[in-house]
Amino acid sequence: MATVTTTARREGILRRPMAMTGVRSWFTTIDHKKIGILYGATAFVFFVVGGVEALLIRTQLAGPDGTLLNADQYNEVFTMHGITMIFLFVMPMAAAFFNYFIPLMIGARDVAFPRLNAYSYWVFLFGGLFLYSSFFLGGAPNCGWFCYAPNSIFDPTIGPTFYALGLIITGIASTAGAVNLAVTVINMRAPGMSLFRVPVFVWMGLVVQLLLVFSLPIITVALFQLLFDRQFGTHFFDPTAGGDPILWQHLFWLFGHPEVYVLILPAFGIFSEVLPVFSRKPLFGYQFVVFSGIAIGFIGFGVWAHHMFAAGLGPVANTAFGVSTAIIAVPTGVKIFNWMGTIYRGDIRPTSAMLFTLGGIMMFVIGGLSGVTHSIVPSDYQQTDTYYIVAHFHYVIFGGGVFAFFSAMFYWWPKVFGRLLNERLGVIEFVLMTIGFNLTFGPMHILGLQGMIRRTYTYPESLGLTFWNQAATVGAFLIAISVLLFIVNVVISHSKAKPADVADPWDARTLEWMTTSPPPVHNFDEIPTVHALDEFWHRKYVEDERTGRLVPAQAGAANGHDADHADGWQAIHLPSPSYWPLVAALGMPVIAYGVLYSWWWLVGVGFATALIGFYGWAMEPSVSEEDG
Amino acid sequence: MADVAIAHGEGHAADHPETTTGLPHTKLAMWIFLASECMLFGALITTYVLYRGRSEEGPFPADVFDIPYTSVSSFVLLASSLTMVLALSAAQERDTGRMRLWLLTTALLGTTFVGGQVYEFTAFYDEGLRLSTNLFSTTFYVLTGFHGVHVTVGVLMLLSLVGLSSARRLPADPSFPIEMVGLYWHFVDIVWIVIFTVVYLVPTPTPGG
Repeated sequence: MATVTTTARREGILRRPMAMTGVRSWFTTIDHKKIGILYGATAFVFFVVGGVEALLIRTQLAGPDGTLLNADQYNEVFTMHGITMIFLFVMPMAAAFFNYFIPLMIGARDVAFPRLNAYSYWVFLFGGLFLYSSFFLGGAPNCGWFCYAPNSIFDPTIGPTFYALGLIITGIASTAGAVNLAVTVINMRAPGMSLFRVPVFVWMGLVVQLLLVFSLPIITVALFQLLFDRQFGTHFFDPTAGGDPILWQHLFWLFGHPEVYVLILPAFGIFSEVLPVFSRKPLFGYQFVVFSGIAIGFIGFGVWAHHMFAAGLGPVANTAFGVSTAIIAVPTGVKIFNWMGTIYRGDIRPTSAMLFTLGGIMMFVIGGLSGVTHSIVPSDYQQTDTYYIVAHFHYVIFGGGVFAFFSAMFYWWPKVFGRLLNERLGVIEFVLMTIGFNLTFGPMHILGLQGMIRRTYTYPESLGLTFWNQAATVGAFLIAISVLLFIVNVVISHSKAKPADVADPWDARTLEWMTTSPPPVHNFDEIPTVHALDEFWHRKYVEDERTGRLVPAQAGAANGHDADHADGWQAIHLPSPSYWPLVAALGMPVIAYGVLYSWWWLVGVGFATALIGFYGWAMEPSVSEEDG
Repeated sequence: MADVAIAHGEGHAADHPETTTGLPHTKLAMWIFLASECMLFGALITTYVLYRGRSEEGPFPADVFDIPYTSVSSFVLLASSLTMVLALSAAQERDTGRMRLWLLTTALLGTTFVGGQVYEFTAFYDEGLRLSTNLFSTTFYVLTGFHGVHVTVGVLMLLSLVGLSSARRLPADPSFPIEMVGLYWHFVDIVWIVIFTVVYLVPTPTPGG
């Protein structure tokens, strides 16, 4: 195994950490796989917290005149539910999978900037904790995840300030991570891996990172403007001084709509990996899937005002954005048909991963169709701010995104932990979640069309909304049970003895399955040279020239490293662990608390901490000198 | 697997990173980051343009702007791009002394610009233009302030390069880190050309005047 050096000399203020295992190694790690696991575990915890908030919402709405929460508490709970699920669960969970699998899928040893990767994670974690500390410090954000002005600037509570500062912090984390992963995909592909030989998951990863790079600065500016309006008396969104609250909506949705694709494109990538493996067929129309993903990325920047049809932009703007919104359904539809073409006459294995992918695609199609109804402006006037919208975005983000994540969990769990999850429990979880999900969000279409408005904390019995609300609440608890089953599944699977060989349990197609499970710290003993899309598959199987059927390739050809290349291993150099990303990240929440309470000395302390972190980082060689 | 030894050491790979595109990772990352910065300043400048001439009460831009003064400080900032290039050229010729001199000159010009901005802000403040006075003050201070912070960060990076060079912590060929800081520096300069034109040179209609 890896030779782990334990000697460390004093280097500046902090000892150079050398441990590759143990608790402390998690705080200093810059290994993309460990950081991926940290991202995934943290995001899952936030998923559970956001789920508890969802259960509070559904319990409050289970009957007319609910009294579990009062109006103020309800505002905080639904706002934090939205912020948590978008910024603290779906985005970091996607980051977890991208972090772990992009380097493995393109045959790299790590991401381009390992320490920046650690910094991204810690900033994200501190941003999430900062946002949640608001519950104990005078009130959580209560203005919805889009925190519309001018309500947000005149709100007397501390909530919107927490919102602005917290999202600036997580935005910094996402920007740093996005630059890092984009460079990794562009610049670190294995020899022979042209852009049209990378797996679709990696392609979608690249599109997502570029969407983040170009959309996050816009929301960052808007958040700073909101912060200045609240803390320093500026008038960006203040109509009493001539400011325009609609500007907030434009800036927010200029970020917010690309963000929607940031949330769903990882799912498209996962679907495109899982379907070919469990259909034993190559992805149908790989180029079409890739190009439609790129097209979605581009058009995604041109549809933002469809969130604002009811804001009064005028018929010309509404028509233009209605048309562009209808157009974006085309590349999405292309993908759906490609996936159908992939499973058509395939040798389908109904594993949990495959079921979650198939279910996810179906749920996404339902959400996509209700999305098309939003592009018709007069129809949207009726749907705006009703539960119909709530139903729509849960079908795409939960139905598409979360189903895809569970699919990815079952598919990649053996790769990450060397253990298979229990398939029987997985199938039960899938059935429960599908029933619960449709029972929760299906009726919301009806409730919305019956006129139930979003963000209402209670409703009178006379409106006749009780029955479907009760159904939705039952469904929400079914979802909760299915998530509990997943946790039970993980515990059971990890309490059993480790199976002998799970290097390639699914007979998969892509590079990450060429190495051991879990992969060694350096990922590949020898970087594979790539000759084709689905490289690993082509190494395992060849076409029999006489019959045209697939036959296994000669043994030994698949793993590709033979004794001749043993001397190449000497050249593996990995960067050493480091404390500095953690120190630099620690400055962020300190600055934020300082601004929040106008304690300028604390802002100074925060900047000093960050500066010390960055200087320590810059002065420290990426690999320790006396080591090796 | 058992016989794989991983060396954590300075290797040849660090000196000659083999990348898919042939560009160093850092340069690619810097370009992507600067593209992101374009959107940041794009949003800020858009906000300024949107609110141009919509202040309900004064002072208005024409009341406070001193165009000759700001032109001089803009010239100082643009001149710093030239000295930045001279620093890079000296670094490529391994002329450490000249390199440090030009880096310091660039930092000095940048500091002069920021100092000029602080003086300008103070003068405007004395004329009654507070951050919260009107839409003009709101958008003006935040836009030029964001730019000023960017210049300040650039000056810190330049001084850090001089410090690292004096402590002999820069690589034998220091041109790469200097080129990277230079990319950022030139970007900040170019953004100022846009801001100076949009904010100072294009006349702002005054309500009622």
